[in-house]
Amino acid sequence: MRRKKEPHLAFPSLMITLSSIPSAVAASLVIHVRPSTPSIFAPASTPADEIYRLAIFVLAICMGIFVIVGGLLIYATFKFRLRGKDDGREPAQIYGSNQVELAWTVIPVLIVVVLFLTTARVIHSVEDARAPAGAIEVTVVAHQWWWEFRYPQYGVVAVNELHVPVSNPGDSTPTYLTLLSADVDHSFWVPQLAGKTDIIPNRVNHTWIDPQSIGVYLGQCAMYCGTQHANMLLRVYVESRADFARWIHQQRATAAADPPGEDPAVAAGRRVFETTACVNCHTIRGTIADGRFGPDLTHLMSRETLGAGVVPNTPENLRRWVKNPDAIKPGCDMPAMNLSPQQLTDLISYLETLR
Amino acid sequence: MVSQSLPQAGAFGEHAQSAPWLERAHEWVVTVDHKRIGLMYITYSLLMLVVGGVEATLMRIQLAVPDAHFVSPQVFNVLFTMHGTTMIFFVTMPILFGFANYLVPLMIGARDMAFPRLNAFSFWMMAFGGLLLYFSFVGGSGLYGAGSAPDVGWWAYAPLTAKAFSRGHSTDYWTLALLVSGIGSIGTAINLVATILCMRCRGMTLGKMPLLPWLNLVMAGMVLAGISPLTAAQLMLCIDRYLGGHFFDTQAGGSAVIWMHFFWIFGHPEVYILVIPAFAFASEIIPVFSRKAIFGYPIMVAASVAIAFISFSVWAHHMFAVGMPSYGNAFFVLTSMLVGVPTGIKIFNWLGTMWGGKIIFATPMLFCIGFVFQFLIGGLTGIMVAAAPFDWQLTDSYFVVAHFHYIIVGAILFTIFAAFYYWYPKITGRMMSETLGKWHFWLFLIGFHLTFDFMHIPGILGMPRRIYTYLPGRGWGIWNMIVTIGVFFQIVAVAIFVVNLIRSYYRGEPASNDPWDAWTLEWSASSPPPAYNFAVLPEVKSRRPLWDLKHPEDPDWKYE
Amino acid sequence: MSAIPAPISSPEREWSLPSRGKTGMLNLILAESAIFTIFVISYIFYLGKSLSGPTPVEILHVPILDTICLLSSSLTIHFAVAALRRGKSKAFLFWWGATLALGLKFIEGTAADWYQMIYRENFSIKTNLFGTTYYSLVGLHASHVTVGLIGLSLVFLLALAGKVKQQHAERCEVFSLYWHFVDAVWVVVFTVVYLVGR
Ligand code: HEA
Ligand code: HEA
Ligand code: HEC
Ligand code: CUA
Ligand SMILES: [Cu+2]
Repeated sequence: MRRKKEPHLAFPSLMITLSSIPSAVAASLVIHVRPSTPSIFAPASTPADEIYRLAIFVLAICMGIFVIVGGLLIYATFKFRLRGKDDGREPAQIYGSNQVELAWTVIPVLIVVVLFLTTARVIHSVEDARAPAGAIEVTVVAHQWWWEFRYPQYGVVAVNELHVPVSNPGDSTPTYLTLLSADVDHSFWVPQLAGKTDIIPNRVNHTWIDPQSIGVYLGQCAMYCGTQHANMLLRVYVESRADFARWIHQQRATAAADPPGEDPAVAAGRRVFETTACVNCHTIRGTIADGRFGPDLTHLMSRETLGAGVVPNTPENLRRWVKNPDAIKPGCDMPAMNLSPQQLTDLISYLETLR
Repeated sequence: MVSQSLPQAGAFGEHAQSAPWLERAHEWVVTVDHKRIGLMYITYSLLMLVVGGVEATLMRIQLAVPDAHFVSPQVFNVLFTMHGTTMIFFVTMPILFGFANYLVPLMIGARDMAFPRLNAFSFWMMAFGGLLLYFSFVGGSGLYGAGSAPDVGWWAYAPLTAKAFSRGHSTDYWTLALLVSGIGSIGTAINLVATILCMRCRGMTLGKMPLLPWLNLVMAGMVLAGISPLTAAQLMLCIDRYLGGHFFDTQAGGSAVIWMHFFWIFGHPEVYILVIPAFAFASEIIPVFSRKAIFGYPIMVAASVAIAFISFSVWAHHMFAVGMPSYGNAFFVLTSMLVGVPTGIKIFNWLGTMWGGKIIFATPMLFCIGFVFQFLIGGLTGIMVAAAPFDWQLTDSYFVVAHFHYIIVGAILFTIFAAFYYWYPKITGRMMSETLGKWHFWLFLIGFHLTFDFMHIPGILGMPRRIYTYLPGRGWGIWNMIVTIGVFFQIVAVAIFVVNLIRSYYRGEPASNDPWDAWTLEWSASSPPPAYNFAVLPEVKSRRPLWDLKHPEDPDWKYE
Repeated sequence: MSAIPAPISSPEREWSLPSRGKTGMLNLILAESAIFTIFVISYIFYLGKSLSGPTPVEILHVPILDTICLLSSSLTIHFAVAALRRGKSKAFLFWWGATLALGLKFIEGTAADWYQMIYRENFSIKTNLFGTTYYSLVGLHASHVTVGLIGLSLVFLLALAGKVKQQHAERCEVFSLYWHFVDAVWVVVFTVVYLVGR
């Protein structure tokens, strides 16, 4: 029986590589999470927090299985390798063992039962939760590459930046979201607040958040929805109750159609806006503009970002955007309107009054 | 031992060697020989692997740093759609079919497949499907609209595929390509089942059949029940797009969710269709290089059948976030996790096979050890995403991308490489270079782990998949950079592999009929086997006929 | 290591395996059933979900005669195969021809129905969800009948030319499996479309 002996230089390096993997995985769990990183392991709201605990439990069990089974594999590879001094005889042929097979069937079944029961409990507590009396209701309408948030309780429509009050333990004001789509599938995801819920045309979905600390939470559309899926970003502002009330009050105001003593540039800008196709796609409450295809611009300047979070809302960016949205968000659904520089300047001064 | 040499006319044919190339090409095109068809499948898939790999590389370059402008969003969306579709349907499936075609008749002691012409037909359907898919780069919106290949993702969720959102013909090419290649797959599956059930040599009862044909039988059964729903769904999509139907037209009351169900009723079994032949390779190679019989043969068969059955009831674990009621989600959590049990049994049996053996670290075995290890991790991340609430966070993020590449690349591709090194001497009559093989293994192992270990992290940090760019300051940049660096190791490794394949064909050490001292029937044919495989059809008494021959004092059939 | 001999075969032990043709056909039937299942599921799923009319009750006529024709053709093809197995070519020709005629009657019935609905009643695959699912499901079945009819006619022509002999009984039987399958599917389609769906 000829058997080629293999050099074993390779073997120690195998061990090193293999043992580096668990450490890489472990590193991912403990890496320092920066506030701007929307990590699922930095929960700040009830559903996300429950998921986080479940995740740790599942991870721990899987780690355990990994260490045992992976350890056995490495041990077997090392222990039963063909050694230099070998008698050249075949090892004992063992065809199987029913006891052993039974053991490694039953133990995994038990593990699965435990995992399943734990998981089912969390599914129930997140999915079947009922809105309490103090809950804020928001209807989210996802559009190809931007978000619309309607607050039926307050008669407010916001865009791309969701504002909600912080929810204190004992006196909770969670936010319940109804998810609708205007076109294709999207998915609502703010990792620190809740898991994803898909947004599907011709179907009504629900989710909820119960944020416990003030701050800005980043998220984005998580279901591929076409060209600009990557830039369908989402910001959630969790505010104190007073701040939230102030915000609602401000958002309720309409833009004045023709305020007395208006800056002539602003008036000219408004004329540009009203005589261009802008009005077909955008609404500015209090004016003739009532288009529904694009975002509501009534309180454009109250937002920190433009184009669903791609750029900060600065005057230069606004100008660049209106001049040619494609340069900022290639493939987006707003056309360049070919305005002259003067028209553009006037238009921007008008848009800047929309607070 | 009695020696009896067989005529040496190989799969490449003595006559063919000297004939002019046109005539030789013609012979390949019209061939109905299972070995040649197998080789055509394999060659085709390797070419497609490079194409799909180039697409992956382009994506990784774009994602290496935040806010990059290497490719436009439109191009990026085409890239991941084509990468996913190509890799699943035109790399992994055909390469596994190719090996099945080549090996199954040899291992069951038959002279050909049950329906040789159907076999050729199936291959050409699949090949044509791939060409159709890539033709979309030219014809996607008429010749002058070049560059509009499909950009709907490999699941092509409705209503993104509706006429309103996907103008031009790119989606049509996608759906027709899968329809056509799906018909080819069904043909191959029918052929495999008929071959395995009706063409076994004397004495090879189902209980004495080697595991490779067994698992391919299971795989073929899954293709019949699993690819057909895809074919049906593609027909419906064609009806929508060409005849104005409304199956998935949400504006006319159609449902986007029903497409998801149809796709995943196919899609989930599909991933096991891919992995079961990979199990088959491992189940042949691990015993030979551990010098022991496979541990728990009947349990291995039973576990594979169990996996096949359970995997038809888990599809909606891809849809945990679509808003199913809680009991629906819980059901799919349970079934998905249950798949882990028979799968675990398989892992444990491979371990049991190695236990107490004398493990030889030849390249095929290295790849198989890598397979078991990585499959363990990939399976465990599968359990994590199967816990529905955890999946609400992980779904559609890079964690899922990492999960499935861990299995598809780390497990399936690894066993495919193992299969190449193991059966290459049989196919060509020459050994592949072990030195290059070791380089290939180590570089690919390093590249694989750099890429796909670190890919889990951005997913946990909130990075969705299918995004062409991301803003700086989210903490994703560094991880993406590492992931991209890993790809370049993989490229070098794959290039070494290709060089090894070609070089060894001309300069490799000549191989005997049985270079690995193995036990199944294919090693009793000459290397390469003659067109008719066996001069005299063999007869077997046990699962390891060559073991019986080599150890007349202690044959297997005494114990089985 | 020298060449390993192929183990010598000993013809005494008996060794029988299932027939290739039948196995292949049964597999095809398995795959086809999966396709039909998906179409049936979507038919049922979309029942009553159309946003506009017409509804199934308003427009569908139950094709009782056609159904009888198609189902009895399963019997005739069975007799045909049985006849061929016993070597009775005349009887084979008769029963095979009867099968073909019954199948043609069925497809003619469907065609007439469709003509009526599409051209007279303006109800097409585009009209609403019901139209889409109805034409797809019934059409998928009809296309299978058509394929079967082509096969039937080919064999019929060969039989007329006297080319179909006793030894071809096996092949005809394999073909008859397909035909039985098409009939069985019709039972499902009929139940779903005309009994449950109306
Ligand atoms: C190709 C092969 C392949 C294989 C074999 C698997 C195996 C598994 N997969 Fe994976 N999966 C994919 C390929 C594969 N997957 C792909 C391609 C996708 C994404 C498609 C896309 O979205 O584009 C996907 C996505 C995917 C999802 C959806 C994620 C999402 O999109 O949100 C889920 C969810 O449940 C899942 C689960 C599982 C499970 C539970 C297994 C199990 O079979 C794993 C079983 C194995 C083990 C568990 C390890 C060994 C077992 C033991 C050591 C025993 C002890 C263990 C226990 C008791 C737990 N997979
Ligand atoms: C068989 C399946 C398979 C395989 C093998 C791979 C292999 C790889 N995949 Fe892929 N992948 C999928 C199936 C697969 N993938 C699927 C189904 C998706 C989902 C698509 C979707 O979302 O719709 C996906 C998505 C996907 C993404 C996510 C895209 C996104 O969501 O935006 C990424 C990103 O990194 C990626 C990367 C890679 C990489 C780096 C490899 C590497 O392992 C590739 C290694 C191979 C090479 C690099 C080729 C080497 C060859 C050369 C270049 C050598 C040339 C030189 C000579 C010949 C001399 N894949
Ligand atoms: C064809 C429809 C259409 C027209 C016409 C149009 N827009 Fe838009 N607009 C959109 C859409 C759609 C968006 C959202 C783009 C995105 O984020 O993907 C948008 C976004 C914007 C934004 C950014 C809003 C935000 O909060 O991010 C501004 C500002 C804007 N448009 C101003 C204008 C002005 C000024 C004009 C006229 C000169 C105009 N639009 C004309 C469709 C249109
Ligand atoms: Cu909206 Cu992705
Ligand atoms: Cu799955």
